[in-house]
Amino acid sequence: MIDFMDQKGLRELEARCIQDEAPPCQATCPLHVDVRGMLAALGRGDFAAARAVYQKSVPFPGIVSRVCDEPCQGACTRGQVGEAIAIRALEQACMQADVPRPPVKKLRARHKRVAVIGGGLSGLTAVADLSRKGYDLTLYEAADRLGGRIWQTSATTLPRELIAQDLALLSELDVAVKLETSPDLAAICQDYDAVYLATGQGEVHVDPLTYATDQPGLFAGGSLLRGHWSPIASMSDGRRAAVSIDRYLQKVSLTASRSNEGAYETKLYTNTTGVGASDAVPLPVLGYSAEEAIAEAQRCIQCQCLECVKVCAYLEEYGGYPRQYVRTVYNNLSIVMGERHANQFINSCATCGLCAAVCPTDFDMGAVCKTARSVMVQQKRMPPSAHEFALRDMAFSNGDKFAMARNQPGTTTSAYLFFPGCQLAGSSPEQVTAVYDYLQANLSGGVGLMLGCCGAPADWAGRDDLRAAALAQFQESHAALGRPKVVLACSSCFQMFKARLPEVELVSLWTLLQEKGMPETAVSGASDAIAIHDPCTTRYETAVQDSVRHLVSQLGYDIAELPRSRETTTCCGFGGLMVYANRDLAKKVVAQRIAESPADYVTYCAVCRDYFAAQGKPTRHLLDLIFGSSHDGGRGPGFSQKHENRARLKRQLLQERWGEMVTGAEEYASIRLNLSDALLALLEDRLILVEDLQQVIAYAERGGHKLLNAQSGHFLAQFRPNTVTYWVEYAPDGDGYTVFNAYSHRMDVGEGKRP
Amino acid sequence: MSVKLDLSDAANWVCADCQVALIIKKVDVSYLGSSFPVDMPVCPQCGLVFVPEALALGKMAEVEKTLEDK
Ligand code: SF4
Ligand code: SF4
Ligand SMILES: [Zn+2]
Repeated sequence: MIDFMDQKGLRELEARCIQDEAPPCQATCPLHVDVRGMLAALGRGDFAAARAVYQKSVPFPGIVSRVCDEPCQGACTRGQVGEAIAIRALEQACMQADVPRPPVKKLRARHKRVAVIGGGLSGLTAVADLSRKGYDLTLYEAADRLGGRIWQTSATTLPRELIAQDLALLSELDVAVKLETSPDLAAICQDYDAVYLATGQGEVHVDPLTYATDQPGLFAGGSLLRGHWSPIASMSDGRRAAVSIDRYLQKVSLTASRSNEGAYETKLYTNTTGVGASDAVPLPVLGYSAEEAIAEAQRCIQCQCLECVKVCAYLEEYGGYPRQYVRTVYNNLSIVMGERHANQFINSCATCGLCAAVCPTDFDMGAVCKTARSVMVQQKRMPPSAHEFALRDMAFSNGDKFAMARNQPGTTTSAYLFFPGCQLAGSSPEQVTAVYDYLQANLSGGVGLMLGCCGAPADWAGRDDLRAAALAQFQESHAALGRPKVVLACSSCFQMFKARLPEVELVSLWTLLQEKGMPETAVSGASDAIAIHDPCTTRYETAVQDSVRHLVSQLGYDIAELPRSRETTTCCGFGGLMVYANRDLAKKVVAQRIAESPADYVTYCAVCRDYFAAQGKPTRHLLDLIFGSSHDGGRGPGFSQKHENRARLKRQLLQERWGEMVTGAEEYASIRLNLSDALLALLEDRLILVEDLQQVIAYAERGGHKLLNAQSGHFLAQFRPNTVTYWVEYAPDGDGYTVFNAYSHRMDVGEGKRP
Repeated sequence: MSVKLDLSDAANWVCADCQVALIIKKVDVSYLGSSFPVDMPVCPQCGLVFVPEALALGKMAEVEKTLEDK
């Protein structure tokens, strides 16, 4: 169970998504220049914006863009596919833009005096940073000019006027500069509130994190302590020492939260699959022209993760990524008054776990959404319309009309129990019978049969209570039959029982079919290519996936693997009840999936099959291939037909196999309705069942109220069996009724007009 | 909630029991604990309320959603 109901849990969860971590260039740059942002601007040809990004982190950009030893380049992801980006040269190029240095903004004066000894890049950076923070700065330099080692670079590399331009900053900042002065350290430490010794000389012990020495108020850094000259690392020393001095003078902790200062290794993951290799634009001695710079900047791959967003239409749909999304979810759950804008977002996730399968840190947005839904239910904040229809379907499947459990006819014990699940029985009831016959013929010790629903819809809806009830119902019947081994045709049932009833012995129908062999009649000998869609609930069931492939190729098909299959397979839009919360998105999910291969699809979940076929993809259930099917790859039955199929399956089996009669059908169920195909499609779209129509008409004809259309002679009647009011426009027709229209609403209208 | 009703929908319907034309009257419409008076076509004799399709699928559905997210 994910706990993001408190701020700490939330932050831990957020931190698991690494999308906001710095790209390697920025992390490796000791001053953390936003290289990616700078290159994005340059790539657009916006030199001014690029320069602004650069100057934000670098105090002497004219100089540094010429002399930087660019450690960032060694970390650049581009280097894994071709040559790394010429980052320093592009910084130099963006300095071409005519952007004045932003006006110096100093914080209010703090009336504390700080001395910096050594006017190289390290000391200069400390001076610039501290002076901006409002301290009074004095800079001592032994030589007759500032800059230190930068003067050792050639004038071609570093034109001297750039030095003067950059150092003009010091006068703007009112820094007192004392050239050719080597003060006595002890005296200086007496005179000033803090001292930064930036010469790197002397026998001082320096803390590598804070740059503090053993003497309070004296800090030290600079390249000589490092052994080799790295201009950018020297500047980082100055900056970090300045942070310490500021903290020291404000009397706060020197050590608290100082991670990721200087160069560090980023946690950001960037997938380079599909990125074509390329070499750097050749660098002329005097630097890139504008065109060359733009071309080189465009080679930057703009490192980022988004692995999950790239494969999930849902995560893409809402324009963010999990790190942001968990905060959205958290905020939504925390709202006391006001609109909960993220309800639909939370309910649209298929909870299929693909995100976790592709995420470098296994971040599972599905688990987040599922937990959130349970919380919403507990808070009594779950929109009733989100899942009610699916839960009603589940109640139907676990009610009298469908649910049943029996030992094999003529036996009193069961070694096995076939549990076909509600969806297969609704979609292809004849296959349930065929498989049951097959199992009885091939397994010894008795094969019982249990019809019902495993509770997956309740699980997806956050209805932990209803899930528990469904599982309890299963357990009770299972125990009564002597706890036989359960044969499962549906991978959602498999996942549910495996996770929630670990004591129950399970076997997948596909594994059994592989073991026992398919019926003689099955092997078709077709040599067509067929693509396998693994149901999302088989994501980690490698053995089941293997069995299915074995069976499909034994049937004579050429297997065309989809780009995303097995562990990275996708959901059909039914998972997590996405289709009920966000129908358009569910359609998009299916559309994307069925476009992945021109081959016909085969799958081993009835819902996946029906959803793909409904959007025009010839799709077969594996059982269609083995036992034949009436819908031959095309559209499957609608909601009402599925109810009827389930009820009829139970009636027929009980009657034919066990010799039991089923009685007690609702009176309204005998009302004969004349329904056009267009109307049936409308009912499907509006989530209205034929039995709803029958109830309305039964009620109206029993003496309930109705309206009459004088022109057409049609009646219009309404009935509210529970939480939804159904309206039906109809006319008597022979011994039944023709229905012309039907619609519903949830709002309750007018008291006293209900039965 | 303010709903402008398209009365052309209601004009053709009469109460089948009372055989009278519907009139427009304030009716209480409620959902999830909120309730609003709305002008609706009603049978003046038996009080039967007519919810036209356009209202049910349009404005009503919208308000339902808003209330569900409250
Ligand atoms: S895969 Fe998604 S959740 Fe995981 S780190 Fe990347 S963006 Fe974040
Ligand atoms: S490809 Fe671009 S963003 Fe990635 S490391 Fe290189 S410069 Fe930085
Ligand atoms: Zn009336």
